[in-house]
Amino acid sequence: MDLGAINPILLIAALMSAATPILLAATGELVAERAGVLNLGVEGMMIVGAICGFAIAVETGSPLTGFVAAAAGGAVLSLLFALLTQVALANQVASGLALTLFGLGLSALLGQGYVGIKPPRMGDVSFGPLAEIPVLGPTLFSHDPIVYVGLLLVAGTWAVLRFTRAGLILRAVGENHDAAHALGYKVVRIRTLAIMFGGACAGLGGAYISLIRVPQWTEGMTAGVGWIALALVVFASWKPWRVLLGAYLFGGITQLQLNLQGAGVAIPVEYLAMSPYIITIVVLVILSADKSAAPASLGRTFHASN
Amino acid sequence: MTPLLSLTGLTKAYPGVVANDDVSLQIAPGEVHALLGENGAGKSTLVKMIYGLVKPNQGEMRMRGTPFAPSEPRAARAAGVGMVFQHFSLFDALSVAENIALGMENAPRLRDLSRRIKEVSDTYGLPLAPDRIVGDLSAGERQRVEIIRCLLQDPKLLIMDEPTSVLTPQEVEILFQTLRKLSGEGTAILYISHKLEEIRALCDTATILRLGKVVGTCVPRETTARDMAEMMVGKVLSTPTRSGVAPGEVVLALEGLSLPSPSAFGMPLREVALELRRGEILGIGGVAGNGQDELLGALSGERRAPPGMIRFKGQEIGALGPNNRRAMGLLAAPEERLGHAAAPDMSLTENAMLTGAVREGLERGGFLNWSAARGFAERIIHSFDVRTPGTGTAARALSGGNLQKFVIGREVLQRPEVLVVNQPTWGVDASAAAAIRQALLDLAEAGAAVILISQDLDELMEIADRFAALNEGRLSVPQPTAGLDVEQIGLMMGGAHGMEVAHV
Repeated sequence: MDLGAINPILLIAALMSAATPILLAATGELVAERAGVLNLGVEGMMIVGAICGFAIAVETGSPLTGFVAAAAGGAVLSLLFALLTQVALANQVASGLALTLFGLGLSALLGQGYVGIKPPRMGDVSFGPLAEIPVLGPTLFSHDPIVYVGLLLVAGTWAVLRFTRAGLILRAVGENHDAAHALGYKVVRIRTLAIMFGGACAGLGGAYISLIRVPQWTEGMTAGVGWIALALVVFASWKPWRVLLGAYLFGGITQLQLNLQGAGVAIPVEYLAMSPYIITIVVLVILSADKSAAPASLGRTFHASN
Repeated sequence: MTPLLSLTGLTKAYPGVVANDDVSLQIAPGEVHALLGENGAGKSTLVKMIYGLVKPNQGEMRMRGTPFAPSEPRAARAAGVGMVFQHFSLFDALSVAENIALGMENAPRLRDLSRRIKEVSDTYGLPLAPDRIVGDLSAGERQRVEIIRCLLQDPKLLIMDEPTSVLTPQEVEILFQTLRKLSGEGTAILYISHKLEEIRALCDTATILRLGKVVGTCVPRETTARDMAEMMVGKVLSTPTRSGVAPGEVVLALEGLSLPSPSAFGMPLREVALELRRGEILGIGGVAGNGQDELLGALSGERRAPPGMIRFKGQEIGALGPNNRRAMGLLAAPEERLGHAAAPDMSLTENAMLTGAVREGLERGGFLNWSAARGFAERIIHSFDVRTPGTGTAARALSGGNLQKFVIGREVLQRPEVLVVNQPTWGVDASAAAAIRQALLDLAEAGAAVILISQDLDELMEIADRFAALNEGRLSVPQPTAGLDVEQIGLMMGGAHGMEVAHV
């Protein structure tokens, strides 16, 4: 056993990167759920984003174009969910599960010609002298742009939900869609936009896996990250900063347990492998012991009966 | 002078039903105009058209002489129409200020808005703290949120859809003062209610709707409540007739019934004692929240009582649950129709089975007898004139009055020996209320005993033989209703026990 081989600076740098797919997907889902939509199709939208981003990045040679395509792919797939649940008034749970299955199949089809190819690499953001600061430089200022996009997304979501009228209306729709309708707000339109935002974020998260984390294309490569993002939103009590905390905690412990496995700690690998799930859930359950509750209209079908 | 709002020939038809048929009316600035009608007469549809939630099929609306056809509530609000909804359109998890901001077109920043909320609430005597979470407010305070939301937009016409159904008498008085002040300032008010005495106290004119048509107008101050009720119903109302059967032996006896409060917002029962005889109706009054729900729960068996406190026909029943008590003949119909007395999303047949299974033999060996249950539900619908397409309809789809008739009928038809009802005519129109009261009287005449818990003093005086009041979980000594005057009742409701204790 050699704990000295674990470098805390590398660990923190790695956790920020490891947490980014979950963070992106969970933030998008948080916005959808605050609008009252329970979209269980996160995993499907992520994997479709992963292949769209991968394919376009390979074809154009530009990772940035790839990420834009990934967001668009996720949003388009989520439109299918919006059509089912907001227009056809289908059950949200069933539609979400169907979306995941459909996304997994569709991505396998799209990705047939891309197995074994290496995508173009995305460079890190250059912070100039900031990156030279000891400890802080390598941990905070030496990442690819998407890591910072994720952080900005959390901050932006928090600020919009809390301080703007658009955020207030979104929360109102998720809280009581009948009352929002009675006041003249377009419930279906607002929810559709929230669903598309969720889809775009999930697509970005998926592309982060296929373009930066792995980076290559394999079928089913998101491997359950979408489900973790879904659980994270609930355990984070629908609060953006707690989603960030949960994602970093999960990413951090995942990296730590890999390092511990590498160092040959005398704990069975299975226990180490399950530790990120258990610790993240325990911490967030303790945090959510206050009286924060789910949006009251979450998962309920809205029908404007005059 | 041009009226503020005039409606001409408004018609709105839904598949299978005409909600409004050629409705015309006019409202002058500063006028308090009542819209009267039974449940389902088309009042709500009419105001929804004025507020832009529903588009009329035919007819014309004019606001100050110019055509007015709001396509959405936003347009109606911009034209100076404000509406306070029957079921409050509020967001529980948001603060008062956020709720108000959502109902405004150009909401100022929250800090400025909070200041304006304070100003308006002071001006109109409606105290309200802008930063409180709406979910924590009482019904009266929630309504204030809605009213202030309307007032901040400086409305020319304020629509109020049954605003007093959830308020205490004191809150009603505050509301009426506010409305009179508004009317004095030139704001017209369109007031929907079926509480006729309130309309007589508040309104200048009344338009009466029946089955979607205007059947008359009147000046409420100069018309008796009875005449207005008969215009609403379209037939002469029969006053419930009381039998005069001499009370028989004691069937239910409570002795020192004390139970702790079931929740933080409940009321403990304190030393409740009474004797109930065959053939009598005992009326229990009191301001809501003084132990009415808790008393019903203790009698129905939802909450068990320690031994020695509840005896039914001489037998100790404090430890028995609702089904055992039902089997013995002690039945109860709680106040809350959706969720307590009936399961909202289950059909009428299923709801009939839920309480009727034991006494009507609707199950055998754990298997359900569907045809018998359907027959029982049909019997309830037929005997109590419940208007519904059939027994397969979900309870939620019935209007409040119809569901209430079903819930009461379901218990009455099970031939109870003792029936406990809480607020049996709450939110029910005049003719349905009369039918329910008559059913209770008939039940008593046939030898059953009835405990009628109600907020409606007129109802208690009309059909109860004896009257007692609940106050802070204590029950006053029952008095015969004949010869009881309002002052005595007020004393009983306001805590006469305290005074009696002081005398001893």
